[in-house]
Amino acid sequence: MKNFKLPLLTYIVLLVLGLILQFSFNAYIQILILQILMYSIASMSLNLVNGFTGQFSLGHAGFMAVGAYTSAFLSQTFPAFLETTHLFGFFIFSLIAGLIASFFGYLVGLPSLRLKGDYLAIVTLGFGEILRVFLLNIEPLGAARGISGIIPYPELGFLDRFWVSFAYVSFWFLVCLVFLWRITRGRYGRQFMSVREDEVAALSLGLSTTQIKVSSFVIASFFAGVAGSLYAHLISIITPTVFGFMMSVNIVVMVVLGGMGSFSGSIIAAAFMTVMPEVLRSLQSVTGIDLRMILFSLSLILIMIFKPHGLLGEHELPYFLKKMRRKKV
Amino acid sequence: MQDITQHLINGLSLGSIYALIALGYTMVYGVLQLINFAHSDIYMMGAFASYYVSRWFHLEDNPGIASLSLALIASMTACALLGVAIERLAYRPLRGAPKLNILITAIGVSLFLEFSGQLIFGADPKVFPSLIEDVPLIDTEFVVLKSLEVTVFVITLLALGILHYLVYKTKFGKSMRAISHNMTTASILGINVNKVIVITFMVGSALAGVGSVLVGLKYPKIEPLMGVMIGLKAFVAAVLGGIGNMTGAVIGALLMGLSEEFVVAYLSSTLRDALAFGLLIGILIWKPSGLFGKNSIEKV
Repeated sequence: MKNFKLPLLTYIVLLVLGLILQFSFNAYIQILILQILMYSIASMSLNLVNGFTGQFSLGHAGFMAVGAYTSAFLSQTFPAFLETTHLFGFFIFSLIAGLIASFFGYLVGLPSLRLKGDYLAIVTLGFGEILRVFLLNIEPLGAARGISGIIPYPELGFLDRFWVSFAYVSFWFLVCLVFLWRITRGRYGRQFMSVREDEVAALSLGLSTTQIKVSSFVIASFFAGVAGSLYAHLISIITPTVFGFMMSVNIVVMVVLGGMGSFSGSIIAAAFMTVMPEVLRSLQSVTGIDLRMILFSLSLILIMIFKPHGLLGEHELPYFLKKMRRKKV
Repeated sequence: MQDITQHLINGLSLGSIYALIALGYTMVYGVLQLINFAHSDIYMMGAFASYYVSRWFHLEDNPGIASLSLALIASMTACALLGVAIERLAYRPLRGAPKLNILITAIGVSLFLEFSGQLIFGADPKVFPSLIEDVPLIDTEFVVLKSLEVTVFVITLLALGILHYLVYKTKFGKSMRAISHNMTTASILGINVNKVIVITFMVGSALAGVGSVLVGLKYPKIEPLMGVMIGLKAFVAAVLGGIGNMTGAVIGALLMGLSEEFVVAYLSSTLRDALAFGLLIGILIWKPSGLFGKNSIEKV
């Protein structure tokens, strides 16, 4: 139980923070905060594959799409179940979404037994594209129209929709963070890193690198599926084009920008990448033309040139806090 | 019967356009081990360069070989310059950085070009002027061969011939092949690596420029995002043939063009984009380094 004391405390703090946010910010900022948490889950999970296991996946949005469509389809088919069970129903749906996404992760992870580096990146990219084309053609899932009017998270008594969504999303956020944090700091997690550092050496130590790679894909795609399910209920409309190549690139950029192998870095980068386009949007009213994406891509190039290891490198935030404290003394 | 031969011709001409673009990917990958995501947008810029040049000189009023070559030169020059600029400004500072960083920079450059394109040229599609008359040259009951298709074939073959000469008969080609074999050893042997890389970018981008004009002739609609899908497919073609291998890229591209044409003709046009990647995954699982790629064995 001792190990769960900190996460529980953090969760309670987050719930109180949610109450403060509910009364102090407008809906626009609130939805941004929810999106940051959602993208954090996606980027942290991708960090396990890209940062810790050293495999390169460019199809993370595909797994999110699987999760989002599963959750949306379930909630459209069984709306009565959601009404009777409230948040628990959403939890079940997210869980199913994650499991189905992780099954797809298993399927995509399998070729990674044989492929390396760029080839693997292209296969995962191909998976995302194939999935998009199929979603565009499946009529029960809305084809190109996607699914709209997805049931949002409910209101509970005097607590409004934002607080409930916030509580639910930050619950998954913490589950993801704690799970990944603990897994990568144990014996099991060192296996991931051993594959990244030297696959041949890991093999010679008797580790099944195949199994390690596939399990990292499965875990990552589970959380991607959950993030997708959160996306579906938060935004309440999903189309195949949303989960395209751009979204995958965005998540990879979050991972690299934050630092490969740093979960806190991923969270910071997710926040940065979500807020930055919105900040630049207000700039548009000054300049008159849409410079948003140009500045975005330009800053991407500059960050890669001048800060190649990302914001935090492979260290976590506490490392920097400690360092700062040491300097003061 | 006419159907099949017609699809065969269409598929081959589509494939030869893919080949021109795929070669740029495979050459850059050969020397730098980098997937140059910006290549598809260099191609897009080439299309716009030739579009504006032909508008400027009113080339659509007198179509013919002269106009076509002017457009080709314009697009090749623009692409080559752009390719060199990208290499200098974005990729060279990152030489020696982790692979993933360079890859992300490439994606960044690609996005930058796409969105700058949207800003400068506008997001609406433009009609590419017809620089050559499209008249049937051979018209029998078996096959209709139009001048456009012949032009595509001739120009592609010409470009491939020049490339073959460059790579296998000149000193530059020799040093390029040496670098793709082992960069460190090549530099020890006195090859100016940076210079060769710049020329490689130049040649690869110029080929994309040729491809862009041919696509403009065949599908006369150009827009800032036109490079994305065709770039992905050309890249898939390069991987299919074994990336880094030039013959492989051409064969992969022809295979890709043919299979795409036949799938659209006999199955369903919606499956077109899925096919490319399905084919890729199938081949990579069967042969992990592509059809003609060398299967490197890792030594400890």
